[in-house]
Amino acid sequence: MTDQQQADLRHDEVQAGTTTGLASPSVDVTSDRQNSLWSDAWAYLKRSVFFWIGAVLTLLFIVMAVFPQLFARGQDPRACDLANSKARPSADHWFGYDVQGCDYMSNVVYGARNSLIIGIFAVLVVLVLGVVVGAIAGYFGGVTDGVLSRIADIFYALPLILGALVLLRVGPQTDIPIINSRGPGAVALALALFGWMTAMRLVRSQVIAVKSSDYVAAARAMGASNSRILVRHILPNAVAPVLVYTTITIGVLIAAEATLTYLGVGLQRPAFSWGLQIEAGQDSIRSAPHLVLFPSIVLTLTVMAFIMMGDALRDALDPRQRA
Amino acid sequence: MGRYIARRLLLIIPVLLGASFLIFAMVYALPGDPIRALAGDRPISPAVVEVLTERFNLNDPLWVQYWEYLKGLLSGDLGTDFRGRPVLDTIERTLPVTIRLTLVAILFEAVIGLVAGVLAGIRRNGFLDNLVLVSTTVIVSIPILVLAFIAQLLFGLKLGWFPIAGTRDGWYGYVLPGLVLASGSLAYVARLTRTSVAENLRADYVRTARAKGLPRSRVIVQHTLRNSLIPVVTFIGADIGSLLGGAIVTETVFNLPGIGREVFDSIRSQEGAVVVGIVTLMVFFFIFFNLVVDVLYAVLDPRIRYD
Repeated sequence: MTDQQQADLRHDEVQAGTTTGLASPSVDVTSDRQNSLWSDAWAYLKRSVFFWIGAVLTLLFIVMAVFPQLFARGQDPRACDLANSKARPSADHWFGYDVQGCDYMSNVVYGARNSLIIGIFAVLVVLVLGVVVGAIAGYFGGVTDGVLSRIADIFYALPLILGALVLLRVGPQTDIPIINSRGPGAVALALALFGWMTAMRLVRSQVIAVKSSDYVAAARAMGASNSRILVRHILPNAVAPVLVYTTITIGVLIAAEATLTYLGVGLQRPAFSWGLQIEAGQDSIRSAPHLVLFPSIVLTLTVMAFIMMGDALRDALDPRQRA
Repeated sequence: MGRYIARRLLLIIPVLLGASFLIFAMVYALPGDPIRALAGDRPISPAVVEVLTERFNLNDPLWVQYWEYLKGLLSGDLGTDFRGRPVLDTIERTLPVTIRLTLVAILFEAVIGLVAGVLAGIRRNGFLDNLVLVSTTVIVSIPILVLAFIAQLLFGLKLGWFPIAGTRDGWYGYVLPGLVLASGSLAYVARLTRTSVAENLRADYVRTARAKGLPRSRVIVQHTLRNSLIPVVTFIGADIGSLLGGAIVTETVFNLPGIGREVFDSIRSQEGAVVVGIVTLMVFFFIFFNLVVDVLYAVLDPRIRYD
């Protein structure tokens, strides 16, 4: 194929919202130019300011979650002295002290771990549920699709926070493992259970878009099984949109966790959590606004990091969106 | 069109039933003692347990309980809460607050979102465009919870412009919570409008209008905007349904006695009947406005036909 032909094909594919694979360089032996979707996307990302801000912030918070002591400036978050209660930020204690007189910066820093664990674990469960249910619904169609899509509709009509709120409130009284733990696992599972529908719809529509293409028919003619066709030939098409969705959703779920914890059904004291810190700080919002301010800022930056990366990824992977 | 609407109305039923059953099951059927759950942390006498078991058919299998609930629902009886107050009264008391809050939020969303989006879309990559792009990214990233506190601190305590809690000040008290509630959708409306306007400005019919020598303002308002607004109007319509059910945090932080705060209080005190009743109502709003929007889409855009 000539460059022009390949460019036309790419254009057609983009317009149709699908990828046939014909326009990718692996098929194109005559050209030595490498411009697959991914190398194209990377070239775009390298120049994206949003992406770099998001990536650096994400890296920062991941390091903070793994080695919080690096950021605590030598302070022990559990070493408290009531004499320092609500003390304002100073040169030695950048975030001041909380109500109990604990160094606030170390407390906020130690909160990163729970937030990231819950965000990432919840998104993994969302992915598993979304990909499996979406692929089955899209691939088999008919009654299977009808039933699975209606179930997704039902969950979709319930607001995420509301569903998770009810489950986490009732959870500790049950004997279902993890859900009754009041820990990060319960919060993550509750969020995933009421948050998998968008991933399912995304995968389902991608599967429907490509399942009737010729190369799938070719694979079937060669005797490939349903599972092989799905995993090897169809699902790879959904990687790009799912990646964008996943990145943004980690941020959204981290915000949701903080909200649930703030509302009293998420993580419980004495866990380190930004939601708990905001909740404890709101009573002294007039006398010590820094108690609400600092965990809020760090929480916002974490959410922003993932949303910025996801936004940049979407622009990079979807040329139609570019200016 | 009529057949399409009828089919969609029929499809509402299984989703509504499914969602209310899901909540019902979580509230009443998870392993554990439902009466103890109903009573929350309060001590409860054996006589009360007996009466409640009888009244809520708790010895029956779950689907029988749900069937009894549905029968009541169809005759307009949503049941009573733990203190014997009808759930319907609770909804009548709290719903107007939420409707007012939603109206204020939708107003902010439509006005600010549209203006920002149009200004950004007309001059792509200009200063305003970049400003809108950056500010919407920041706004979307701030959790509602955080935004509520920032608004209270800044506009309520520091500047003293708006009341920060309660409904004593009438509509004035809804400004701050309305703005906070609208923020996420506002940013989305701005982006949607921006993309839509920028896309339509490159369309053939706009080029034709320009070539005819029409003034720029007329090209933008008459030709571009009218078409660009279709996805925006439909988004705002669907958002009414989400906002009516999604104000738990805003109503709690700003101390507004709407259905969001009511359902939150009821979840905490495990007032099962109130939770199921209000959630079913929220789900109904959500599905109903989505249906309205789909129909509206066909009315606004003649290229879309459902039959």
